Amino acid sequence: MTASPSEPNNEAGAAAAPGPDTDRHSGAPYDLAVVGAGSAGLAGAVTASELGLAVALLDSSPQSGGQYYRHPAPALGAVRPEALHHDWSAFTGLRRRLAESGVDHLAGHHVWSVAKEADGTWTVHALTGPDGCDGAPVRIRARALLLATGAHERQLPFPGWTLPGVVGAGGAQAMLKSGLVLPGRRVVVAGSGPLLLAVAASLSSAGARVPAVVEAAGYLRYARSPRALLANPHKAVEALVHGAALARHRVPVRLRRAVTEVHGTDRVEAVTVSRLDRDWRPVPGTGRRIACDAVAVGHGLVPQIELATGVGCATRALPDGTLGLALDGLQESSVPGLWAAGETGGVGGAELARTEGELAGRAVAARLLGRPGGAGPVAGLRRRRDRMRAFADVMSAAHAPGPGWSGWLTDDTDVCRCEEVPAGRVREAVAELGARDARTVKLLTRAGMGWCQGRMCGTAVACLAAGGATPEPSPERRPLAVPVPLSTLAALDGATDRSVDSST
Amino acid sequence: MPTRETSDVIVIGAGVVGAACAHYAALAGLSVTVVDRGYVAGGTTGAGEGNLLVSDKEPGPELQLALLSTAMWTELADRLPPAVEYEAKGGLVVASGGTGLDALREFAARQEKAGVVAHEVSGDRLHDLEPHLAPGLTGGFHYPQDAQVMPAHAAARLLHAAGDRVRLAPGEEVIGLLTGAGGAVRGVRTATRELHAPYVVNAAGTWGGAVAELAGVQLPVLPRRGFVLVTEPLPRVVRHKVYAADYVADVASGSAALQTSAVVEGTPAGPVLIGASRERVGFDRTLSTEVLRRLAAGATALFPVLGAVRAIRTYPGFRPYLPDHLPAIGPDPRVPGLLHACGHEGAGIGLAPVTGQIVAACMTGGEPPLDLHPFRPERFDATAS
Repeated sequence: MTASPSEPNNEAGAAAAPGPDTDRHSGAPYDLAVVGAGSAGLAGAVTASELGLAVALLDSSPQSGGQYYRHPAPALGAVRPEALHHDWSAFTGLRRRLAESGVDHLAGHHVWSVAKEADGTWTVHALTGPDGCDGAPVRIRARALLLATGAHERQLPFPGWTLPGVVGAGGAQAMLKSGLVLPGRRVVVAGSGPLLLAVAASLSSAGARVPAVVEAAGYLRYARSPRALLANPHKAVEALVHGAALARHRVPVRLRRAVTEVHGTDRVEAVTVSRLDRDWRPVPGTGRRIACDAVAVGHGLVPQIELATGVGCATRALPDGTLGLALDGLQESSVPGLWAAGETGGVGGAELARTEGELAGRAVAARLLGRPGGAGPVAGLRRRRDRMRAFADVMSAAHAPGPGWSGWLTDDTDVCRCEEVPAGRVREAVAELGARDARTVKLLTRAGMGWCQGRMCGTAVACLAAGGATPEPSPERRPLAVPVPLSTLAALDGATDRSVDSST
Repeated sequence: MPTRETSDVIVIGAGVVGAACAHYAALAGLSVTVVDRGYVAGGTTGAGEGNLLVSDKEPGPELQLALLSTAMWTELADRLPPAVEYEAKGGLVVASGGTGLDALREFAARQEKAGVVAHEVSGDRLHDLEPHLAPGLTGGFHYPQDAQVMPAHAAARLLHAAGDRVRLAPGEEVIGLLTGAGGAVRGVRTATRELHAPYVVNAAGTWGGAVAELAGVQLPVLPRRGFVLVTEPLPRVVRHKVYAADYVADVASGSAALQTSAVVEGTPAGPVLIGASRERVGFDRTLSTEVLRRLAAGATALFPVLGAVRAIRTYPGFRPYLPDHLPAIGPDPRVPGLLHACGHEGAGIGLAPVTGQIVAACMTGGEPPLDLHPFRPERFDATAS
């Protein structure tokens, strides 16, 4: 970074030229840096490594598995972590291959930015330590980049959602998987999306009482795409497994309904569940009170793509109103040398993520080794990927929030929790001050400027800004993917460079 | 068929300068349509820190503008809602060595002759003004006239306070200028309609050159990129706008290469804003970690306490820069009916009110508050004298 752009950078220039099978001198970049050690990242990393590439695998968590295969830290001594997972063997298989591979697994690395250098190599900037605050900044150089950063949960606010006891559905699942902790004893599961069934099944298996699963969508939309359903029988099996678990625990699933209010003073005591019309507008007079001490709520997942959009990767609008990365048939983004797999291209689950990760790993190896790697496996992977993507799109469309959902928002409901911006202030910015999009609302209200950088309120703000029309999804700009201490930024020229040899 | 609408003035650009032009034109009795391809404050205004500065300006025409505008802001602060967050916080320029302080002293003496208020602060008194400032600084100057506003609200509230005479046409890009007999402006064309007015004001900021081109004239506005680094919310750690002495030299420079100088200030909402970088790289939004490194190093050198504080976001903005660092303000003699109000570089928030007042005066036969010759829009024409 100290050389001026006009000077040829000899070290990097020399390092970029030789193939991976030549001698790697000290300081040589990795062939591939993979960000995210969930299903997609693990599959991509081990596949590329087994094909002969030097791979670094970074993840903020101390252990691999990502959100889906989140499991208790070894210190907790869980005897059967797989009890909360199906497909656990798929993960243990990847984990075993990782252990046997030469992949440098850099756990506890929080990636805050990636950059493409003038010579075409990538620099991955990371913080280390449990909360990203210890130690010196780390830089990883690589010839190719695979982003497998997953997704975060989408939330739609409702009156009372800031009360203690209201947790994210994915968050409840994560608490259960990593710490075997329940958010409450009587937990209403609400929102929209297939995750709700899985969460309700997990919670009731772990001993919680689930008085209702409240799903805002109907399941009829799935029936409009019979071909995608027939092509993905495993998804039906998955639903049946959850459905059977729910039936066993006598958990009622209430469709076309939403939690429109949470009651309680210091924490959740009950919720009001209302019926929704086809646009998700609450139908007056249909509210019914359900006693509970916790609510696990989520409205699907949002691809986490800020590292990619920060370097200019093109996006595509997904049927549920979120944005995913636009990728080619071999998982490469519009920026050459940057591949992505899993939820970053649109939310589709662990099996799709694994398939895409493997496909990307093969594609990167073929590119860097200069030879097409296994046409047979690639064609098969592409077919499976396309089949599962088709189902993911059906799912995404079925659970897209209806335009009427903001009908359950009162003006004093906080939309942005970090900056405590109520819906009324957002509506004022739109009605009186000329804001029509999420960015202008943010400028005029501070909604989305706080700690979470709009991950929590982004959808709600965009919907309110569009005033009932379908909001145009725009990539949220988050050049810093995680907060970075100023002392770390100031010390960047002294950052530790991790390279192929330095890790051993 | 495209629909037609008529007003006295069309302002292109809903940034703070366009908002001020609309505001003062409406106060002067004109009806105004403000058209912007985005929304309010979507360009450089929304990416700025909201500085109203006299401290960084050499004696000359820009300082004259700034002094007039600063006085206007104190009046606006009473008239506009508190959301504009006007703060007469004052600026503090610090030097870390004897020669730096001498240069500041000489600069301040010349500014004082032009009407700027500046007080020298000795090294041992700096902490009375800024308790968290690094030890060992030689001294500095306090500029009580420097102030700050929240820039997006400044634009939105200037538009809103002008009442019914101002109509907003957001989300419409001007794709052509309508001209009549003798080449005089008749209005603008957008993708969906024609808007008619005898006056068109080019307040398109960094994109002002492109609007001038639609009128067939040249105005060489170029983007000069700057990054702002924003910290997590803090209790008031930084009270003034604090910057290092080399900032003034960077502002006045025309170099394309990256320049950074530490500029640090708190905000009523809590985050500390850190600038300032300058580089001419077109409209490239890609993050530069080298810029962030320099900004963070500069800020933590001034305020060591910020070292443990986390930056939660950063964003680039594009200052509308003209080769002589002066804005283009006033009628364009090459196109009757066209006025320019752009090219304010990093000073647009501060200079907006006086710019709006000048533009309104030009359209209503009023007397501009100062000599407009240095700001004439045609000054970069090879053929113009």
